Amino acid sequence: MVSEKDVSYVADLAHLELTAEERARMLKDLNSILGYIERLNQLDTADVEPMAQVASRYGVGVGHAMREDELKPSLPHDEAIKNAPQTDGTFFKVPKVIEK
Amino acid sequence: MNLDILTVDAARTAVLEKQTTATALVDAFYKKIEAEDPAIGAYLTLCKERAQRQAERVDALADKGDALPPLAGVPIAIKDVLTTKGVRTTAGSKILDNFIAPYDATAVARLEAAGAIVLGKTNCDEFAMGSSNENSGFHPVKNPRDLTRVPGGSSGGSAAVVAAGTAVASLGTDTGGSIRQPAAFCGVVGLKPTYGRVSRYGLIAFASSLDHVGPFGRSVKDVALILQQMAGRDPMDSTSADLPVPDYAAEIGKPVTGLRIGVPKEYFGEGLDPEVRAAVEAGIQELAKAGCEVVPVSLPHTEYAIPAYYLVATAEASSNLARFDGVRYGMRAREAKTLAEMYRKTRDAGFGTEVKRRIMLGTYALSAGYYDAYYLKAQKVRSLLARDFDEAYAKVDVIVTPTTPTPAFKLGEKADDPLAMYLADIYTVTANLVGVPAITVPCGKSKEGLPIGLQIFGKHFDETTVLKTAHVVEHALAAG
Repeated sequence: MVSEKDVSYVADLAHLELTAEERARMLKDLNSILGYIERLNQLDTADVEPMAQVASRYGVGVGHAMREDELKPSLPHDEAIKNAPQTDGTFFKVPKVIEK
Repeated sequence: MNLDILTVDAARTAVLEKQTTATALVDAFYKKIEAEDPAIGAYLTLCKERAQRQAERVDALADKGDALPPLAGVPIAIKDVLTTKGVRTTAGSKILDNFIAPYDATAVARLEAAGAIVLGKTNCDEFAMGSSNENSGFHPVKNPRDLTRVPGGSSGGSAAVVAAGTAVASLGTDTGGSIRQPAAFCGVVGLKPTYGRVSRYGLIAFASSLDHVGPFGRSVKDVALILQQMAGRDPMDSTSADLPVPDYAAEIGKPVTGLRIGVPKEYFGEGLDPEVRAAVEAGIQELAKAGCEVVPVSLPHTEYAIPAYYLVATAEASSNLARFDGVRYGMRAREAKTLAEMYRKTRDAGFGTEVKRRIMLGTYALSAGYYDAYYLKAQKVRSLLARDFDEAYAKVDVIVTPTTPTPAFKLGEKADDPLAMYLADIYTVTANLVGVPAITVPCGKSKEGLPIGLQIFGKHFDETTVLKTAHVVEHALAAG
């Protein structure tokens, strides 16, 4: 069972604030979904390999994971910062990271 | 020219034979969109200038009498999770409301290089998370076949434009059924190719090991023609497969005698609407009449697919969506004093309820102490599901099932019950976990006139057989 404390802890990890109402809703929904997910424990998977990728099982695309480390043109600097909420023209600007 | 029934080939031929121009065709589609789309809500952004420029290029080729590329003049729509250079790309989220993509997704670039004309970007569930399109950060899409019902999701807009005739074909993405379920609900054809067949470069990631790009069309052949131009290795996506691309349309209409069709009992059990069952069984009868051998098979771990899926998908999503932090793109909450506060306030204001729910579930599943019990367990069950398919494919060439347990449901019907909504994908998610190609093709209507879809799974990279089989069902339905 997920507790209110778990919801706060996970929200912190995920950089979400969540209102009191959202937290209550989240507690209910996570418990309902995880309750459904419990059925996975009916399966004995002690000797089963995990499958993280389709390619890892079927060999598709294997051999492409590595490439030469070559210098190639990338997104131009002005294009890369165009969508930023705040810049100084060169760098992204953010609020203070460390408080004095 | 009747835009409601215009096919890919007919659009290209009309331009080639000078029955119309690409420019006139684009104008006609925009007129239809302006008249009919407000009631449906399928488009989020129209890119008229881009479409106009592309139409002029196609017309210039036609005027010179040059050979026209395979999709010349074909008006298409693109789900708004695929980037389009210089055009607003939102992923259906307020957090990207003002985002102008700096590059084109490979799938989009390849279709345009083949002469297709992008009319606009289609509405979807926020970050492709949903099964009804009600999770769009902007507005829901309505099913063109019945405006009181959902079009399905998450690619609801892309399914709706093809059903409504406000595009000839479209692109969607499918992470757990997001092409096939809306295609079935709207009565059109939708294909999720094999994982690795179509590049994901430029697809705003939801769950990278499950995300696929694929086409919607009004016919199996149209879907084959669109896939043809997108498929193949792309150096920008390291998971795209370096395998030859066959001629997908070439086999359509060829005999299917002797083809072994697997029918898995787990897909015809409790929860399946009787009308859907009857329509799919009638479709299987048509395949038998065409000379296919129908073989009962079992995919014994089917009931574990949804729980495994919602762990893998949300875990990957929680990681992928960490990039939306108000720094490099998208919206930023203004009132924050520190960086950490800015992250939290931005994500709180920018993400909708379902997206937050999935980030929370995924973060929980990956958090210390729970990783083995949830995420690793789900990955092991994923192996068991893949094994089910390997064993079935030792006996059969394709597998036929219903696409969805019911026809399109009413707007609002499942909006407050996330688990009920997740179960709408019960027949589609396994193909994403295993990576096999899967198509949905209309196979009849309910008494209320709602479309019903028949789903066909194929072997990895055997889209050709999937398309050929789907065409038999489509053809029988048109004839009968």
